[in-house]
Amino acid sequence: MVAPRPLHDRALDNLRFIRQTMERAGSFTAVPGWGQVAVGATALAAAFLAARQPTPELWLATWLVRKAYAVNDPILSGPGRRFGLSFLPPMVVGGLLTVVLYRAGLWHALPGTWLLLYGTGFVTGGAFSVRIVPVMGICFMLVGAAALFGPAAWGHWLMAAGFGGLHVGFGVIIARRYGG
Amino acid sequence: MAKQGAARKTEAMEHGLKSERGGSRAAELDRLIHERVRLGIVSALAVNDSLSFNQLKALLKTTDGNLSVHARRLEEAQYITCAKSFEGRIPKTEYRLTAAGRRALERYLDHMEALIHATRQG
Repeated sequence: MVAPRPLHDRALDNLRFIRQTMERAGSFTAVPGWGQVAVGATALAAAFLAARQPTPELWLATWLVRKAYAVNDPILSGPGRRFGLSFLPPMVVGGLLTVVLYRAGLWHALPGTWLLLYGTGFVTGGAFSVRIVPVMGICFMLVGAAALFGPAAWGHWLMAAGFGGLHVGFGVIIARRYGG
Repeated sequence: MAKQGAARKTEAMEHGLKSERGGSRAAELDRLIHERVRLGIVSALAVNDSLSFNQLKALLKTTDGNLSVHARRLEEAQYITCAKSFEGRIPKTEYRLTAAGRRALERYLDHMEALIHATRQG
């Protein structure tokens, strides 16, 4: 027995609906908790390495390598695409400002700029996610502001606290509360 | 209650679907889950540990009344569980998919797959 066409189309349509619903529902937690814990861990490792670099150039290189890692996150793929699109612009701005600040020799402004823009990304991208994501963004922005206006020597530790501490902390909360 | 007419229409459609397929096992369509809002609720909960009433409402773009009616039907069938609590002064309703609900979704997916397969073979 062969099912007639319309039935087949309806079945396909139902499957499509289920898939789309799952994708959109998945984007509520587009920022995977355990992924963030991993990101935070690499940040702490990078902070440790960066602290040992004798010159600002090497310090910058260490952090840039880590940033490249973070951008490769599942954040930018699959159900998190919408999140990614909102998250990306502040990252691009951060990249451009890094070049400008590097040329101007304003080393001490880098940690604050990065933290602020990273936080901005979570606040804007977080509009598509659970409420805790923009809250995490605001925390990043606060740490960034502290890095920008506090003594230059703090920059390094605030980077560790922000990219390391905040990621691990919020990652655990997100994973526990929202299941992944 | 305006939705009731629409609900009856889809049920009539399913009925036609059933008779077309005759008495084969795959024809046992789960009507409870076939309706769009209910299918949406179950699908969304399948990929989330739990979702609040407001999250589901935003996701499925439906009204309070419509969502609560359909959610209650799923709850009565024990496909989902519903936990009510307070977040400060704001009441919060949290839904979760039960094992029975997950099985029902799997059966439904199998059913759709079987329908598509049947056409391909022809």
